[in-house]
Amino acid sequence: QVSAALKEGRVAPTELCQRCLSLIKSTKFLNAYITVAEETALKQAEESEKRYRRGQPLGVLDGIPIAVKDNFNTAGIETTCASNMLKGYISPYNATVVQKLLDQGAVLLGKTNLDEFAMGSGSTDGVFGPVRNPWSYSRQYKEKYVPKSHSEDKDSNWVITGGSSGGSAAAVSSFTCFAALGSDTGGSTRNPAAHCGVVGLKPTYGLISRHGLIPLVNSMDVPGILTRCVDDAAIVLGLLAGHDPKDSTTIQDNFKPFELSNLTDVSKLSIGIPKEYHAPGLSSEILALWSKAADLFKNAGAKVIEVSLPHTRYSIVCYHVLCTAEVASNMARFDGLEYGHRSDMNKSTESMYAATRREGFNDVVRGRILSGNYFMLNQNYENYFIKAQKVRRLIANDFVKVFGSGVDILLTPTTLSDAVPYAEFIKEDNRTRSAQDDILTQAANMAGLPAINVPTALSERGLPVGLQFIGRSFQEKQLLTVAKWFEKQVKFPTIQLEEVKRHDHGVFQHQKSASF
Amino acid sequence: AARGCGGVWRRAWQRGAGGPAFRGQRALACNVRGGAVPAGKSGLAPWVPVVGLEIHAQISSNSKLFSGSQVQFAAPPNSLVSFFDASLPGTLPVLNRRCVEAAVMTGLALNCTINKKSLFDRKHYFYADLPAGYQITQQRVPIAVNGSLSYSLCIDNKMSQMVTKTVRIKQIQLEQDSGKSLHDDTRSQTLVDLNRAGVGLMEVVMEPDMCCGEEAAAAVRELQLILQTLGSSQAVMAEGQLRVDANVSVHHPGEPYGVRTEVKNINSIRFLAKAVDYEIQRQIEELESGRTILNETRAFDSKLGCTVPMRDKEGKQDYRFMPEPNLPPLILYDAKSLPANMNHQQVVNIDWIHERLPDLPSVKRAKLVERYGILPEHSFTLLNEDGLTEFFEDVIKQTQMKPKKVIGWILKDLLSYLKQHSLTVKESPVSSFLLADLLNRLEEKEISSTAAKQVFAELWKGEGKTPLEIVKEKKLQLIQDQKDLEQICQAVIDGQENE
Repeated sequence: QVSAALKEGRVAPTELCQRCLSLIKSTKFLNAYITVAEETALKQAEESEKRYRRGQPLGVLDGIPIAVKDNFNTAGIETTCASNMLKGYISPYNATVVQKLLDQGAVLLGKTNLDEFAMGSGSTDGVFGPVRNPWSYSRQYKEKYVPKSHSEDKDSNWVITGGSSGGSAAAVSSFTCFAALGSDTGGSTRNPAAHCGVVGLKPTYGLISRHGLIPLVNSMDVPGILTRCVDDAAIVLGLLAGHDPKDSTTIQDNFKPFELSNLTDVSKLSIGIPKEYHAPGLSSEILALWSKAADLFKNAGAKVIEVSLPHTRYSIVCYHVLCTAEVASNMARFDGLEYGHRSDMNKSTESMYAATRREGFNDVVRGRILSGNYFMLNQNYENYFIKAQKVRRLIANDFVKVFGSGVDILLTPTTLSDAVPYAEFIKEDNRTRSAQDDILTQAANMAGLPAINVPTALSERGLPVGLQFIGRSFQEKQLLTVAKWFEKQVKFPTIQLEEVKRHDHGVFQHQKSASF
Repeated sequence: AARGCGGVWRRAWQRGAGGPAFRGQRALACNVRGGAVPAGKSGLAPWVPVVGLEIHAQISSNSKLFSGSQVQFAAPPNSLVSFFDASLPGTLPVLNRRCVEAAVMTGLALNCTINKKSLFDRKHYFYADLPAGYQITQQRVPIAVNGSLSYSLCIDNKMSQMVTKTVRIKQIQLEQDSGKSLHDDTRSQTLVDLNRAGVGLMEVVMEPDMCCGEEAAAAVRELQLILQTLGSSQAVMAEGQLRVDANVSVHHPGEPYGVRTEVKNINSIRFLAKAVDYEIQRQIEELESGRTILNETRAFDSKLGCTVPMRDKEGKQDYRFMPEPNLPPLILYDAKSLPANMNHQQVVNIDWIHERLPDLPSVKRAKLVERYGILPEHSFTLLNEDGLTEFFEDVIKQTQMKPKKVIGWILKDLLSYLKQHSLTVKESPVSSFLLADLLNRLEEKEISSTAAKQVFAELWKGEGKTPLEIVKEKKLQLIQDQKDLEQICQAVIDGQENE
């Protein structure tokens, strides 16, 4: 839609870029961006404008402002992973996905905020501070908000974005960009998408290149796509998917980008409702919404059946072992020798390493490294790591069985509740929170399956709630088709933000009508 | 071929009074695998030394094992380092096909079973020359297993009796080389050069089937020749392309193996033999004095000719092995398992490689023996010296002298001169053409063999004279005329009568 506007000349790429940049400035309090690449973005927009004038845009994404999570390498632009370890680190190369977007003419506005090294479910534990959910400032939330006491600070009731790709989710949600890249290891794209009311797509593992994505868990990480509607997600997916010789874990098969058809008949569809996803702590609100969605499909003629993924309850512990083990390994390279923070301690190499890592990493990262090394010790390897791999296989097989029995798509909640206020969130530590919040999203990473959050409705507190669809391996087309149909049915409302209204001269109006 | 073990042990025996007499008969022990030495005069129980080897051979390839940066010796520091080699975050390994082929070739040449599916692992430890904090290696399932290497040694100094021995190859694994760190103690700093970081290595593990320095040296020499013949590694020890660590222990016959030590920092095959023999003796002396052997790593000090404990880095290391998640299992095919529609350029086919293996040294030697009628030990010497076989065959082509006679000139005259002057065959001042010319004159009976040796000495000076010129100059021609000879003889006889 905005792409069409660019093509038809109704708006110019530079204008679009300027608007987004100034909106970023007015929404600075959200802390969604770590780095805003104003100069380079404007240059890119100018180049795009030239191409449009010649009538030769590179594609649908030409001139479209986008944002990228700060754990993707961007040449010439700081890449920090929200950590002291990489503060000031300017990478010499672009991640493959970043390069692909730039090659399509996209305008890179900046790098978005996250939990340090993508470890967390709140986007609260990075060194640049927490990200605020734009919906905290929406009319919808403010209307419903009941202060606990009269003396309560007006500004203290803001809610979290979820994480770890909170910055990207907030950026898309607050209209400062049209699409953003996140990463998803245990739900890090879908979780903040749900809390911020945007579409969050986790593609099948191996579909999109991880080259240039600073890894958390190499065997589970995928680049995630955050957009305001399912169609946009499909477009971005089409441009990013495919084999990358630089990433040996991408599949070799040729990927064919697809256009989403407008599904009208769902009678041939079989929707599975996994009973284990009725997890402890699931809010009654979300439970009701989930049920309503199931009915929606049923009433439209689809087959809706309860299924079982019996090993779901082991996924958090299993994830903990495998994740921390890979983290301990992946973080071993941060020693201050070649790049990144280096401590002034120089009594010996060992002491330099130790001081650098203590200074560079926050408690969450260090905690995971220690756990991971413990699990990988010779004496523990069999009992922890190997066992966890076996449990992982069982979890993955649960899905294989269910999909093999004729179910096409699974429908589950994405989060246990709507976004909690920051003040409440930080009462529990990162590990506890992650363990609680990952339960509904984590298993899809274990099994490498594609999954998507579709914003569904507003909660009683006026905050977004989303539902998740999980599909078969490499069947993104089917997954997104169903998601699009669902999106159309639920008509999720647009966020009503003062700042956005001020900047909206009809451009975002387009966007608004599109998502209905 | 190496000389037998006898030399070292006899020396050892002479060293101290009361030293166990059995050492003099060491040579016997080595011939019987694992066989014990007979008890000596002092009545002490005999010792069985056990030697195993871990050999790292740098793969001869244009680029590194997992990245595209170049492989080159002695380049300016940090000029051959890719983003991946420097462990920049977000970079991923991509396997180099040539390295896989080199490992398969080597595995086939060493009679190994090639694993059609092998896996990569991470081995973690912190060190300045290991940028990622882990090395990618093959700990669980390496690319080749269960092979063997046959090598020969002479069992006495005369080089007339050769015996063939076999050492089992436990496995061959692909792994990354580390960078180099140079410790600058004066400035209290360590300088790190990552040019070598990520270069492909084949680690060849030899089972502890050897029992002395000579055996170890002979086995490594043969491996070196094989690698050079295959082209999978240039295996030049001086350039660090072949590195050997020895595992040494001793025990009494019938008892379990003793505690072993690892000996590193061995820079030549000669030093390997010395290091192993020193360590065996050191362990025997320690144990006989009632002390124990520590399971430690020791370095060979070539100046002092002994092993010394290495600076203990961090006690016993737990490498926390973990599968390398960024590399799928390595799948190799053979003619049977190759899918019909697969492009053979896309895969590594074991059978295809097998068909194209060059003649291995053992085959080359057998052919030389058969073709030229030379002795087996001659063929060893020919192959052992770089370029000597070619020289020999060039001479053969240019002379009527029988190969059996030519070989003497090559091995006794040419080779000893080369050794004396520390020259390689390529650097020889006497070309094959000149030597062939000389030998022809000898065959034609223009000169005597004594005279020929004199001419050879002259040729060696490299003054550009031909054999004919030297013969004329020195008046070395054989006198052909019967009458002249009679006169000379008569003169001599007459002279004798006068005394």
